[in-house]
Amino acid sequence: MTSVSPEQVATAVALRSSTSPRRRVVDAVFKLFLWISVGVALGTLITLLIDLITEGWPRLNSDLVVNMPSARPERAGIQSAIFGSLWVVGTTALISIPTGVSAAIYLEEFAKKDRWYNRLIELNIQNLASVPSVVYGMLGLAFIARGVLSFGFTVMTAALILTLVVLPTVVIASREALRAVPNSLRHGSLALGATEWETVYRQVLPAAVPGIATGTILSTSRALGESAPLLLVGALTFVTFNPEGFDSSYTVLPLAIFRFISEARIEFRPLAAAASVVLLIVLLGMNSIAIFVRNRFEKKLR
Amino acid sequence: MVIRTDTALAPVSLRATGATRRRLYVQALFKGLFGLAAFLTVGVTILIVLSLLIPALRFFSEVSLGEFFGSTRWTPLFEPPSFGVWPIVVGTAWTTGIALLVAIPFGLGVAVYLSEYADRRVRAILKPFLEILAGVPTVVLGFFGLFLVNPEIVQRFWPIGTVSTFSGLAAGLVVGVMIIPTVASLAEDAMTAVPRGLREGGFALGGTRREVATSVVFPAALSGIVAAIVLAGSRAIGETTIVLLVAGSRPTLGWNPGDQMQSMASFIGFAGIGDQPTGSTGYLTIFAVGLLLFIITFLLNIVSIRIVRRFREVYE
Amino acid sequence: MKSRTMRLMSLLAVLALLLAACGDGGAEEPATTAAGGGELEGDIVIDGSSTVTPLITVAAEDFQIENPGVRVTVATSGTGGGFEKFCVGETDVSMASRPISEEETGICETNAIEPVEFIVANDALSVIVNPGNDWTTCLTVEQLNTMWGPEAEGTINIWNQIDPAFPDQAMNLFGAGSDSGTFDYFTDEINGEEGVIRTDYNPSEDDNVTIIGVEGDVGAVGFLGLSYVLENEGRIIALEVDGGNGCVAPSAETVIDGSYVPLGRPLFVYFKAESLQRPEVAAFARYYADNQESITQTALFIPLSDEQAAQQQAELDEITGD
Repeated sequence: MTSVSPEQVATAVALRSSTSPRRRVVDAVFKLFLWISVGVALGTLITLLIDLITEGWPRLNSDLVVNMPSARPERAGIQSAIFGSLWVVGTTALISIPTGVSAAIYLEEFAKKDRWYNRLIELNIQNLASVPSVVYGMLGLAFIARGVLSFGFTVMTAALILTLVVLPTVVIASREALRAVPNSLRHGSLALGATEWETVYRQVLPAAVPGIATGTILSTSRALGESAPLLLVGALTFVTFNPEGFDSSYTVLPLAIFRFISEARIEFRPLAAAASVVLLIVLLGMNSIAIFVRNRFEKKLR
Repeated sequence: MVIRTDTALAPVSLRATGATRRRLYVQALFKGLFGLAAFLTVGVTILIVLSLLIPALRFFSEVSLGEFFGSTRWTPLFEPPSFGVWPIVVGTAWTTGIALLVAIPFGLGVAVYLSEYADRRVRAILKPFLEILAGVPTVVLGFFGLFLVNPEIVQRFWPIGTVSTFSGLAAGLVVGVMIIPTVASLAEDAMTAVPRGLREGGFALGGTRREVATSVVFPAALSGIVAAIVLAGSRAIGETTIVLLVAGSRPTLGWNPGDQMQSMASFIGFAGIGDQPTGSTGYLTIFAVGLLLFIITFLLNIVSIRIVRRFREVYE
Repeated sequence: MKSRTMRLMSLLAVLALLLAACGDGGAEEPATTAAGGGELEGDIVIDGSSTVTPLITVAAEDFQIENPGVRVTVATSGTGGGFEKFCVGETDVSMASRPISEEETGICETNAIEPVEFIVANDALSVIVNPGNDWTTCLTVEQLNTMWGPEAEGTINIWNQIDPAFPDQAMNLFGAGSDSGTFDYFTDEINGEEGVIRTDYNPSEDDNVTIIGVEGDVGAVGFLGLSYVLENEGRIIALEVDGGNGCVAPSAETVIDGSYVPLGRPLFVYFKAESLQRPEVAAFARYYADNQESITQTALFIPLSDEQAAQQQAELDEITGD
């Protein structure tokens, strides 16, 4: 055991006390500020959840999801909004996932990164990801609901618009997942004589599937909560039936909530809160599934 | 030993045959399909620009740029209409400014905490909560802002001037809270990417955790932090539902954030719900404002990319 | 590769199951049949005034309960917005809180749309204030004009500018937006010309905004249909209006007997003549005419007077050829 010399002790003491009281106070204040920041974020979330649950409690029962919207608040429910959301978000996923994953595969596995057109595509996707969602609604109003396609205010219109909203996110998330696959896998496959496509199809893609699944589930859940783009294409209608086709009128959960908020009678307010709780539960569920997929399957790669 | 010169010098064909040829065709097919999907994304941008530009140009053939940018009266849906855009631009500035005033300090605070102070257990709890906050739909936040934040918090505690039942202040605060997770997670990514060696050097020189965080890590991660703030800012600029529900629909041009106001995005939402018929003045106005909004967020995005590139060079 | 294919298949299977479930959810056998007999099917698209919407949604909902094969959608684009879509044939029924204008009739004609007018209820367009407003219970039309006319923009902001006896309280104005029939009617009667109004008030197609706004500010004032007042008693108060014959409070009686002037008005619904040829649409019209008393009562609207109701039945008989 080495003994500590008096000089070493003196140095240590000097170092410690060279942290002047002033510095330590600033340290403490800074740390307090950090805690306050965390407090603001968490506190707001918790306040929001408590507010929703307490206001919506009287209407949080099976009637809420079984009943259709009604002019009478006692009878009102969100069944048509739930099925409408299922139809719209389901269709959105069906269109956006194959397209987005394909684009990601091209950009990651096939595109030569130094070509100008490939860099343009990359820049473009980054830009699209930061466009406000209401602008996609305007595109929908001009070209999809009316104009060229004239689909009217139907499930297909909503799905196409939401596809455009989530597509950049799907591409970016899928690219991350593909990038996470180690290159050794690719090189090994190529060395054994596989073409690039066979390498992707048989080695890279299966390895990237958990990451892609996580990313696409999260992107799709974003589509579930969107309101602004659909406001412009007439989803605020009073609809008391479930969609029966892609050309059907519809309503979705966020807009059913918007409608409840806009109702003059104060009895509709608990309904808005209760419907918000339902929406949050569904979103939480989807996010949990995504995280579960990521945790369960990502271990295999390591 | 016999050296055969005929086979050794005979040219070998490198062209693929048979099965290999088929495999290469399949590859070309998929490459083409996937490439198509990728190029489609460029098509989307073209469509956006077209969908905004065509009606906007028609708008400006009827309303002069001078009036649009010169007048301060925004009443496009009334008779006789006025098209001075400043009230909604100022409204956007107010809500975005208030949002950033909230999100930058607290978002960065959360990021620094997560990156430099928190242990693994705390991070494991905190990060999911942030993701939940990030996932709250804007209509739910609008409900929260209109029925709780404004009446119970803002109207009660705001000391300067009067706060109306609908206020830009409450809208800005709620939008600010909405973008805290954006700032926090992107800034945290940037900070955790700073190499450990830099930190350790700081500690070795006798720095406290705070000093290392603020003088070493923060500047090193600056490009990512700025990018985070700009991204959050452009989200705040484009936020429609919260401002529509909480800030009212009266465009004002004043100094009181507690007053009602209308932003560019909330005007689009307001006019859009009313379902303007194709080609009418109201319809065209929506697209003119939309074009302005798109240009602003597009420019912000370019600025952010430039800044990232510029600052990144200095530290890496 | 296999796990990915399986995952895709199971996702498709789940989606298919969901879609199948939705399909079954819609095709219930109707327990009763509507007047006219038989199982009715079809879509009825309704759009228009936010004032009339609460009334028609009650009718639409009850009608669909009796006729589950019919799908009725009710949108609220405002009286003006509703007519614009009606006259290009996008809707079957247009709700309006003012009569169709000549210009609108002309547009309908050019598109070969024939509107059939029905009065569905009466309304008292009410001026509302905050319950804490203890300085006035009645305003004259001239005072309302001072408050809401275009000259007031930017200048009339305090209550004592309306009447020096009123306190020095800031005014905060809320009301219907320019796409609304309520807006058209109010501006026509109070300011003398449709569409003429000061623009620095808080406009909204959503009457809830007016209610919340007036409820939240002692100095606030707004205008909207009577049903919203009755639905929200305690949150806001309706003022009496003096149209030249003394202060009259808005109510069912004062509208039907004509004493609530000038803001008593009928509410309309316009059917596309072509749509009325379809059995489900005619049935809906008949359903409304037969049940108008209970529907207006449920929705807190002023019912038709006896003469109006009789006229409605007669018109309907003529059209459906009963």
